[in-house]
Amino acid sequence: MDTLVHNSVHVVLALTLPPLLLGLIAKTKALFAGRKGPPLLQWYFDLIRLFQKGSVFSQTTTWVFRAGPVVGLVTAAMAILLIPMVNGIAPLSFTGDLIFLAYILGLGRFFTALAALDTGSSFEGMGAAREVTFACLAEPAFILGLMVLAKLSGSLKLATMLDGSLATHWSSSGASLVLVLLSWFIILLAENSRIPFDDPNTHLELTMIHEVMVLDHSGPALGMILYGAALKLFVFAALIVRLALPVNMGDPWLDWPLFIGGTLLVAMLVGVVESVMARLRLTHVPVLLIAACLLSAFGAILLVR
Amino acid sequence: MSANDFATLRSSQAIARTQIPGLGFQDFSRNILTAAAAGLRTIAYFGAVEDADSGVVLYAVMADNTQSLLHVGKTRLEAESFPSLAEKCPQVHLFEREIAEQYGVRPESHPWFKPVRFHHSYRQGHDAWGRKQDEHLLAGVIDFYRVEGEEIHEVAVGPVHAGVIEPGHFRFQCHGEQVYHLEISLGYQHRGVERSLVGGPDKRTLHTMETLSGDTSVGHALAYCEAVEALTQCQAPIRAEVIRGVALELERLANHTGDLGALAGDVGFLPTASYCGRLRGDFLNLTALLCGNRFGRSLIRPGGLGFDLSADQIKQCLERLEAAYLDVANASNLLWDASSVQARFEHTGAITQAVANSLGMVGPAARATGMECDARRDFPSGIFRFAQIPVSTWTTGDVFARAYVRWLEIQRSVAFIKEQLQALPDGPIREPVGALKPDQFVVTLVEGWRGEICHVAMTDAQGRFSRYKVVDPSFHNWMGLAMALREQQISDFPLCNKSFNLSYCGHDL
Repeated sequence: MDTLVHNSVHVVLALTLPPLLLGLIAKTKALFAGRKGPPLLQWYFDLIRLFQKGSVFSQTTTWVFRAGPVVGLVTAAMAILLIPMVNGIAPLSFTGDLIFLAYILGLGRFFTALAALDTGSSFEGMGAAREVTFACLAEPAFILGLMVLAKLSGSLKLATMLDGSLATHWSSSGASLVLVLLSWFIILLAENSRIPFDDPNTHLELTMIHEVMVLDHSGPALGMILYGAALKLFVFAALIVRLALPVNMGDPWLDWPLFIGGTLLVAMLVGVVESVMARLRLTHVPVLLIAACLLSAFGAILLVR
Repeated sequence: MSANDFATLRSSQAIARTQIPGLGFQDFSRNILTAAAAGLRTIAYFGAVEDADSGVVLYAVMADNTQSLLHVGKTRLEAESFPSLAEKCPQVHLFEREIAEQYGVRPESHPWFKPVRFHHSYRQGHDAWGRKQDEHLLAGVIDFYRVEGEEIHEVAVGPVHAGVIEPGHFRFQCHGEQVYHLEISLGYQHRGVERSLVGGPDKRTLHTMETLSGDTSVGHALAYCEAVEALTQCQAPIRAEVIRGVALELERLANHTGDLGALAGDVGFLPTASYCGRLRGDFLNLTALLCGNRFGRSLIRPGGLGFDLSADQIKQCLERLEAAYLDVANASNLLWDASSVQARFEHTGAITQAVANSLGMVGPAARATGMECDARRDFPSGIFRFAQIPVSTWTTGDVFARAYVRWLEIQRSVAFIKEQLQALPDGPIREPVGALKPDQFVVTLVEGWRGEICHVAMTDAQGRFSRYKVVDPSFHNWMGLAMALREQQISDFPLCNKSFNLSYCGHDL
């Protein structure tokens, strides 16, 4: 396919699909609970509603507070451009972009935490402290996983690392890849504040991690945060799909639907996990994240044996 | 017998007020302290003004669970202050603050002397904190206890609750995620219930009782009706007694089920949370089957009941109870079988039996520490004199224990309701109630779903209420919640709070 068309599809999909994943998670959870649940498109409605609202800004905050949601959204959108969805092509791709991916996500988190601290609220300070503490453990696991892929493909370019050749590595180094897959799924849950790490549905500010940092945002700013969160979920879902299903059939009419189906499947899996287990106690969160680090690390060790 | 100078009576037994010995404060306090040391609980300690110019009279009611006896004494205060007993007997600490607030008398050297409900004293011109009569009092404006240090931070939660339930203010002194101290300041819901009851009973009184704490309508209405029956020497018919017991247990079932669901919701465990939310409604609908109201309003009336049950209703009630119970069993077994839930429940917010004892805690929260207290067994009234429900206890005192005791009680209550409805005696459902006897004193105890509900009624020479004291179980247990949070993670607070599930308006009255 022509690169321009490919990239257009990539961008359109990346901007429109993510809220559907959140709708699907909610639907899966509702199914498990024997409820009807919100409509699949609820997140689109929510975003439209929020963007039509006005904003209230506390007078004690500075520009940092307003910059937080913008930077959060922009970094998530940039991260999506780096992910090769099909055929090993990404709109933005260069050698070493795996480091860029890790840090662009880090930048988004940094500004979200900074905006939270800017409010001076004790809740938001607690939330920011929790978020960055857990990020310290989540980031190494993510990067170690990328290292495994880099070693296998011999490239530092995400597009090459996750292209069709990964399929051949599944037969030779499947064990490593399974470990990385598990590790990344844990990271997906942690980075997107899903159960067992955080409860996106709770209204109790004392227990929240991510949600508590954005309590003071309203209207379009909140819309940007929620949209950014959806994009971030999509980034991790896309990585996992590419890692688990690195197939190129050569026909875009098959490749794109396969990829989209894969991301929806990941969303359903998240919904299932949320339906069958409770949240971890906050003190136990690092334990699970360290487990994710170890999984990735063993994946790497298996390659250098 | 430890409280030997006090008058002895049983619950729901009216005695002439002249039988209550008036002691000097020395003897009065000695009796309270020796009784407390012997394991008796202070179930009510309150002030009253008998005639306008003779000062405040303090009444204390001590409960002896093992003997099913109550001991009551009084003392007339000569001065505007009295020595505090709170340091020697922590159970009375909140009662003393309440007395100070209501009557403007000061407990000397009280260790935690702050207002309870932020209202002006009942006696014009007397105020324990020296506040002026025209001063506007704001709830929650007190000197909070503060921990100081480099890395200590303070977290203030409320008065608007995140789930928009009832208002209360919580002040945490934290070191990182660890809570060193929690102070709870309530009073936002103060409506002046006790004062409005004086001069009664009137047409509003029963309604006031049913709305003291909305989720305990049956419990409080029952305690009130038993008090009125004792004061009028009326005996409710046995059929009414049985249906009252059934209604009380249905209230327990609905609330315990709702609590199990809410606990599951707080740890993000969806299946039980969703099922129990619905099942709570099923039990409420069973209460509605009895009287047309989901919270049992208008069911219990002085002298008996407002509504009778037909054979068809009984059959339907039993069928629906069985179906709902099976679902609750499934939903709660999911909870006990999920290791991720158990990891959150166990060792969270534990209190020891010693703490529960010294604070005079009641209800499932106390039974979760192994305390065997249950007013249905210890001070039986109505049907519970004939049909005993075993006391459900657990030993660990943590969130798990409080949840599990609820599940045990659900099983016992269902068994009780089935047994009683299958053999419901025939007969009338209501006896006429006469006028209240003058100058009487009565204490009634009912085990509501939160714990022991205590009502104390005193009548004047005309047979009207001269003082009506209500002690909701929440009054005893709020301090327990504060203690449970010590050295805990602040993120576990909502879970601990839910495991106690105390009433704000029942405390604020």
